[in-house]
Amino acid sequence: MLEIKNLHVSLEEEDKQILKGVDLRVEAGKVHAIMGPNGSGKSTLSYVLSGKAGYQVTGGSATLLGQEILDLEPEERAAAGLFLAFQYPVEIPGVGNMTFLRTALNAQRKMRGEEEMSAADFLRIVREKAKSLKIDADMLKRPVNVGFSGGEKKRNEILQMALLEPKMCILDETDSGLDVDAMKLVSRGVNALRDDTRGFLVITHYQRLLDHIKPDVVHIMADGRIVKTGGPELALEVETNGYSDILAEVA
Amino acid sequence: MGFVEPKNSLVDLWLNRAESLTEHGWSEQHRLNAQARLQSMGLPNRRDEYWKYTRPDRLIESTVPSAVTLSSEDQSLFSNFEQIKIVFIDGVFSPEMSDNLEGQDVSIELLSQTKAKDGHWASDMYGQLEATGQSPVARPLATLNTALAEEGVLVHAKGATLKPVHLVYLRQNESSDVMLHHVVKVDSGASLSLLESGPAGARSNFVLETDIGAAGSFRHVRIQGRDHQRLAATHHFARLHQESIFKSFTLTANGALTRNECVIELLGDDGIAHVAGACVGDGDFVHDDTVFVTHDAVGCESRQVFKKVLRNGATGVFQGKILVKQDAQKTDGYQISQSLLLDEDSQFLAKPELEIYADDVACSHGSTSGAVDEDALFYLRSRGVPKAMATDMLTLSFLAEAVNEIDDDQLIECVVEWLEGWLARRRT
Ligand SMILES: Nc1ncnc2c1ncn2[C@@H]1O[C@H](COP(=O)(O)OP(=O)(O)O)[C@@H](O)[C@H]1O
Ligand SMILES: [Mg+2]
Repeated sequence: MLEIKNLHVSLEEEDKQILKGVDLRVEAGKVHAIMGPNGSGKSTLSYVLSGKAGYQVTGGSATLLGQEILDLEPEERAAAGLFLAFQYPVEIPGVGNMTFLRTALNAQRKMRGEEEMSAADFLRIVREKAKSLKIDADMLKRPVNVGFSGGEKKRNEILQMALLEPKMCILDETDSGLDVDAMKLVSRGVNALRDDTRGFLVITHYQRLLDHIKPDVVHIMADGRIVKTGGPELALEVETNGYSDILAEVA
Repeated sequence: MGFVEPKNSLVDLWLNRAESLTEHGWSEQHRLNAQARLQSMGLPNRRDEYWKYTRPDRLIESTVPSAVTLSSEDQSLFSNFEQIKIVFIDGVFSPEMSDNLEGQDVSIELLSQTKAKDGHWASDMYGQLEATGQSPVARPLATLNTALAEEGVLVHAKGATLKPVHLVYLRQNESSDVMLHHVVKVDSGASLSLLESGPAGARSNFVLETDIGAAGSFRHVRIQGRDHQRLAATHHFARLHQESIFKSFTLTANGALTRNECVIELLGDDGIAHVAGACVGDGDFVHDDTVFVTHDAVGCESRQVFKKVLRNGATGVFQGKILVKQDAQKTDGYQISQSLLLDEDSQFLAKPELEIYADDVACSHGSTSGAVDEDALFYLRSRGVPKAMATDMLTLSFLAEAVNEIDDDQLIECVVEWLEGWLARRRT
């Protein structure tokens, strides 16, 4: 599904290397988790994969379903099936959430050469998916993320994911700022999308999200590299001992 | 050229046009007064405080550079609305294309058709609000208009008027120099909506004087577009009385040079005046909003909301002032002017001013200038929205605050659709 090889990334503005050779392979149907201390490069990895400006790829490659994606525009990556649930979803005043969702969905379809979804179908599907995430009509009408609480923003990210049905989902600290109930809703939304054709990369600090979204593989990232990879038990180890033991062990 | 000549010779050149004019009945004295006032103040020049950012030369030269006419769809603008349509072609009234002005629930006359009459209600207003509006800042182009304008509408709303009056300005001539002077009187408790649309002339100089009686309301939506090289100077003088409501919105697209001045006086307690503008300019485009709001009564609210989208070296200017006189307590004044610069060649020059002599007031103003929000752009693109479309969405969202000042959803829709068209034609 997603294959990252020896990825090196530095900042465009200053001479600072952030990713120093990341190797990662997420297979279809699997959930991989990335944990790691603050500033280790987790968000950078997710941004570089989805095409945010300001980063320079100085080496390595990333492919999605065999297609090299690092040269593509962000919208082309989206149409190819990549989705990033943002750590900090952006507020866009003046653009209605519904208009945004519909424009995004139809733009992707168009790029893939598929037919646009009819207004009626769209409405039905959005309502149904919104309901399961407890997103009410008012939130759909309001401008994108404007005045949404932290939890509402994250649920709105999952709604977009559910609607766009990407192949490869990256979730960047989707659990931050969520209370227990919201965490359950969000996890349920993610789990509903799990199937053999879809891959997940879940970035988190805490084991508690992984209680709800059970990972197949857990990676530890530190200082721009994946320093350790293991099963779900690795997340439990981090939960009890923190990162210091692991980092000392690989140093 | 205007500034190297002694300033009066250009004034004379202009006023010589008036000499040949015959009988103006009730307006003659107002015209003569305006001529005298213009002689003493002179035409605007680059050293004037309020002409620092925008060069007046092209607006005052005695000859008009020609401007290509666009055969556009704009004639059908607002066509979905029930309306009283009054059409001018190159500034000349077209009875064939206009609705019948008789038998409407609002009195509408043409300036040219009343001029021989002695005595007219408009005599108390024509050139009068304009004259008052010269202090403290001179507005010579408006005075020139009072002295010379041969056409315009005189609208008197005596009750609630249902259909909006729509002034449609068409162009056929490549070098028409159009002057219109409109006078609108809204009686106490009466209401009126005025729509204006179209490019008007290669050069146009418009004056609109509006008096709103106690508890009267006036709503105004104007679309200036879409011809490229045209030049325009407009002045809107409005006088509000107790509890009256004034709401004016202008959308400008294209045009080489547009200067829209709005001078509002709140003379009665608890009046509300909102003036807003959105403009979109690409390339050879200078757009100037110069607004002066005077609070001279207690408990009035004023809002100025101006948004400019500028690209390919376009220039936007905003000069907005709120003056609160000593007795105008409980004034609520707000002003925002913002520009969205779509490239580094474009520029926005803003001069917000507050002058407050009362002590119990709430006034705020702000001005910003910036590029498209990169984070928002990336967010939209990461969801599959192509860059050009995402930029358009953000541009519309930037303009929304000004467009939403229109308090009619159907009109908002109409304006947004028109803007979408403008943006779509520029998508690369
Ligand atoms: N645009 C940027 N400008 C400056 N520094 C950045 C930028 N993006 C990331 N960094 C730096 O890169 C490092 C990794 O950041 P990030 O990827 O956000 O880490 P994480 O998500 O693991 O907490 C940090 O030291 C951060 O300060
Ligand atoms: Mg992060």
